[in-house]
Amino acid sequence: MSNLFKLFDVSGSALSAQSVRLNAVASNMANAQVVSGSPEQAYRAKHPVFASVLQGVGPHSTATPVQVVGVMESQAEPRAEYAPNHPLADEQGYVYKPNVNVVEEMANMISASRSYQNNVEVMNTTKQLLLRTLQLGQQ
Amino acid sequence: MSLSFDKALGIHADALQVRSRRLELLASNLANADTPNYKARDIDFRAALGHAQQGQSVTVTRTHSAHLAVGTPGLGMEPQYRVPNQPSLDGNTVDAQMEQAAFSQNAIQYQASLDFLNARFRGLRTALKGE
Repeated sequence: MSNLFKLFDVSGSALSAQSVRLNAVASNMANAQVVSGSPEQAYRAKHPVFASVLQGVGPHSTATPVQVVGVMESQAEPRAEYAPNHPLADEQGYVYKPNVNVVEEMANMISASRSYQNNVEVMNTTKQLLLRTLQLGQQ
Repeated sequence: MSLSFDKALGIHADALQVRSRRLELLASNLANADTPNYKARDIDFRAALGHAQQGQSVTVTRTHSAHLAVGTPGLGMEPQYRVPNQPSLDGNTVDAQMEQAAFSQNAIQYQASLDFLNARFRGLRTALKGE
């Protein structure tokens, strides 16, 4: 039964990792149309990197939480757009838009929210099982 | 005649232990459904239950405080890696749908074990009251 308490750590870690992912998606989508004057200044899509927490994991242990080890910036080139009348345009008349792929971000968001829901479901089930275990022998 | 709880509860106490361990594994799989290179794991319930029961029948007396405790039930339940149905490019072998199904099934089986245990306790209580 003590095992079941660890389950909250595991699912909780997954919830926070998925919410970091959702946050990254939100910020990518929000900045998808931000225009800048040079490729260096352009916003770059951010993607969190997940990894299992292997600290204290032995051959017999079963609980493996997840963590976000970092947020990577996409290395794709910013999109150059010819707009000579734009106040931010450079000498050649180009402005630079972020390398955010909106379709990819939408798919990412759906995947993150499904995973989040899955883990909430796991936590709910675990809670019910724990409550029933606490009532063992009382009926 | 002495009353032994271990005998009265039978297989169900061990089963509950193995079930909760399996729940933990399946929840870890679900939590790591998006982690690159994570390999889904599970335990062979039959083997684990057999081991849990064996572990209980073997008792080793510790004559020194530095001795390691052996024969603890549940130690032999080695998790094994799942054979993936459709492995993905990032090295992750978690099939979220399958894990979810296994999790629900295991949760119900856990509740069944709880019900069996409850029935045993009711039986014991009736025997004690002697009504």
